[in-house]
Amino acid sequence: MPYNDYIRNFCIIAHIDHGKSTLADRLLELTQAVAEREMESQLLDNMDIEKERGITIKARAVRLDYTAKNGQDYIFNLIDTPGHVDFSYEVSRSLAACEGAILVVDASQGVEAQTLANTYLAVESNLELLPVINKIDLIAADPERVAKEVEDVIGIPCMDAPRISAKRGIGVEEVLERIVTDIPAPNADPNAPLRALIFDSFYDSYKGVIVYVRVMDGTISQDMPIKMMGTGAEFDIVEIGRMGATAMIPCDELKAGEVGYFTASIKTVKDTQVGDTVTGTERPAGEALPGYRKAMPMVYCGIYPQDGAKYSDLRDALDKLQLNDASLSFEAETSVALGFGFRCGFLGLLHLEIVLERLEREYNLDLITTAPSVVYKITLTNGKTLDIDNPTNYPDPATIQNAQEPFVSASILTPTEYIGSIMDLCQSRRGVYLDTKYLDSDRVEVHYKLPLGEIIYDFFDALKSRTKGYASFDYELSEYRDSKLVKLDILLNGDMVDAFSFIVHADNAYARGRKLAERLKEHIPRQMFEVPIQAAIGGKVIARETVKAMRKDVLAKCYGGDISRKKKLLEKQKEGKKKMRQMGSVEVPQEAFTAILKLDD
Amino acid sequence: MIGLYLHIPFCAAKCPYCDFYSRPIDGDLADRYAAALVNAMATQPYGDLRADTLYLGGGTPTLLGAGRLTAILEAASRCFGLTADSEITIETNPESIDLALLCDLRKAGCNRLSVGVQSGAQSELTALGRRHTPESAREAILAGAKAGFENISADLMLAIPGQTGKSLSGSVRMLTGLPLSHISAYLLKLEPGTPLALDVDTLTPPDEDLTAALYLQCVDELADAGFEQYEISNFAKQGRQSRHNLKYWRREQYLGLGPAAHSFLEPHGRFCFESDLDAFLDSDNPFAQIQPDDLPVCPPEEELLLRLRLTEGVNVSTLAIDPTQLLRKAGQFAAHDLCRVDGTVIALTPKGFLLSNLIIVALLETLAP
Repeated sequence: MPYNDYIRNFCIIAHIDHGKSTLADRLLELTQAVAEREMESQLLDNMDIEKERGITIKARAVRLDYTAKNGQDYIFNLIDTPGHVDFSYEVSRSLAACEGAILVVDASQGVEAQTLANTYLAVESNLELLPVINKIDLIAADPERVAKEVEDVIGIPCMDAPRISAKRGIGVEEVLERIVTDIPAPNADPNAPLRALIFDSFYDSYKGVIVYVRVMDGTISQDMPIKMMGTGAEFDIVEIGRMGATAMIPCDELKAGEVGYFTASIKTVKDTQVGDTVTGTERPAGEALPGYRKAMPMVYCGIYPQDGAKYSDLRDALDKLQLNDASLSFEAETSVALGFGFRCGFLGLLHLEIVLERLEREYNLDLITTAPSVVYKITLTNGKTLDIDNPTNYPDPATIQNAQEPFVSASILTPTEYIGSIMDLCQSRRGVYLDTKYLDSDRVEVHYKLPLGEIIYDFFDALKSRTKGYASFDYELSEYRDSKLVKLDILLNGDMVDAFSFIVHADNAYARGRKLAERLKEHIPRQMFEVPIQAAIGGKVIARETVKAMRKDVLAKCYGGDISRKKKLLEKQKEGKKKMRQMGSVEVPQEAFTAILKLDD
Repeated sequence: MIGLYLHIPFCAAKCPYCDFYSRPIDGDLADRYAAALVNAMATQPYGDLRADTLYLGGGTPTLLGAGRLTAILEAASRCFGLTADSEITIETNPESIDLALLCDLRKAGCNRLSVGVQSGAQSELTALGRRHTPESAREAILAGAKAGFENISADLMLAIPGQTGKSLSGSVRMLTGLPLSHISAYLLKLEPGTPLALDVDTLTPPDEDLTAALYLQCVDELADAGFEQYEISNFAKQGRQSRHNLKYWRREQYLGLGPAAHSFLEPHGRFCFESDLDAFLDSDNPFAQIQPDDLPVCPPEEELLLRLRLTEGVNVSTLAIDPTQLLRKAGQFAAHDLCRVDGTVIALTPKGFLLSNLIIVALLETLAP
């Protein structure tokens, strides 16, 4: 039989917490890809933040060697996929590298929004689905009901799906056998012109960028001159290899159907965009693989160092993060209120949070961020169109002919009892109701069109709290729609603070302005004089709060000539001052900037 | 001339708002402590020091009793050259004093008495955990006058849980009706870790606005009764300001003896004894445990932060600094009626005293290079 008959390329898809990483660990263990003492729980997720949040941010791949019950040796390439909607493009490229997917469904929770979303992606990529029902050891487990649900909702046979407990190692061997029998071997022509799909890459300070590829056609070999068909960048291959569970294993070539990595003295991941096609410069392929698109930031915000002196540290940190994260974009910007900083673009809110967390944790930076914004499309009366991602650049309303904002198609899976409160929430976020699909007697899938700008703050938190955590949520960008937008400004003591400005729908402006003023009042301490907080649209004040003047601070007794107490108080006063940002004549604490981002009750 | 401060770290019981260093007392301990103080005065290593003020503070110094106090006062006069013109103050509480003791103290040379009255309202004294009554406070002051004290000061507490403008007026009326020459009015501060601070769930302390109002009311009512404010918390009849305390605030020199006592002596700077009674008692040389104060600041800064406590303020032209920025900043505060700027003299107003930390830090910032 040809070599490719013994290769299986697959991924695992699951809703968050349904046990994807645990199953991956068991597969690695059983194929002894990892010596037991090297086993670290949830090996594939190797960033700290991933482990803490239980999600996979960047795809990883690992090669497993498996001797099947039929006596044949097989090569399994397990390609891990990110599990969050922010990264659905990356997910789709990982899926495109596979022939099949293990669909993990929790035996008590059943089908969830991300299960569906990822399944749809897998079906679009023509993957063979292998359903697996996990967590059968739980008391609440009901594998028969869940199997039926998978058949009803997803429409694939599931009655003979392996019933397993990845945690306890029950049924995992059956999964290995089923990978051999159910997932097709890759089609392969090792003699065709090279086409290899990039599904991930990361920067290594010794080797340069390490590119993860699935070879679709042809062969990639040592010293070969190559070209990225999307970006046009050209390189010479330096090293080729396969991904062991704990180490890279160099080899001479990778043939069609195989998964592996290469290095080519590449200095930035910008040249190795996920989804791009690698071909040989000597015998190039006629056509790139389908599906490539450039990473498009959907959410922007300003990031500023709390200590202005750390500006260059922040730049260095962003530079370093970008080496590994082609979808992170940033450019320098200046705020009157916050000084020098950067306007940064992200795939979504989770991506934003992860970048912020990494900046603070790994680079030890204290940051202030402005409210995240989506990209608005503005057409001016002179016919010019603008993409606006920063409220500061919002044009004079008199010059605006038409404004548009991005909408997403959202699907929410929920127990029926929460439909009402979910609809209230979507309605309050200007959602446009599409339809409701009954999955079974007590669960529904609700579809809405929602403005992206309304879900980037706290929609997910609000949804969770209204449904006791039972609802799941997924979305994808669908289109731009005309919208009545206004720029909402905040004035402290009569001076506009640019860092607090928002672009908001006109119908929500009044409520948002009032809320914002209230929030700021809670977080701005009393000052030496009374401070009016005003929310205004185009110079018209729509809400006002007042921070009363401070009346007294702590008076230390100078008892027995002990002036150290007084000095300590003054030190405290100075420390407190450092945590404040001077906005004109008003001192604003750092936490005010984060507090205004959480506006839902 | 320096000021001499002798710390007597004993209390009959700890007040629930107090975080100063003190210990319960017994006779043997009192003897040993009096001897240790006398020894410390005789062996102090800072050369020939002359004092014209002495302050016996605590704690409750009168708990030592007439005999020991007389011995201490004699030693102080001997070692530091105190005279009849010197200001010699002793602190006490209404419940730990009687006419006989007061007469003995007067005879031993004490000429100024400071009584911890705190409030004229029984409910407030209870809230503070004090064991005296308004009546016993009155009697203590009258006894002091009878014993021949012409210079008597009383402590008054502001912002006691439950205190109102009306009850404060009552307390002020009670005090100004007594033979007093000086009143100290302190804002109660809930020191972390003290029992009162732990109790605030059940007792509601006045909020910021009421506290400020009580303070300003107190300044006004005391002025009406002839007690002019001369420091953030101190008020006196003509010529009766505390000469000893003024030394602290004018950045003059003083020597403090006893555990936790602070000193400021050139060329040594600021230093203090550890808060450890046993170490002070047991050591052959108590000065071995002297340590420098932390948080050193430069002299002009100290001058500012101390003198701004006084209504006379600070003449910035006498400081070794360029006062341009300082005066400009002070001008901003003056616009809000928080201070007065008169030529090169900056002085806080009562409203400004309430915000003195904020103002002092802002003024100090103008000195930063």
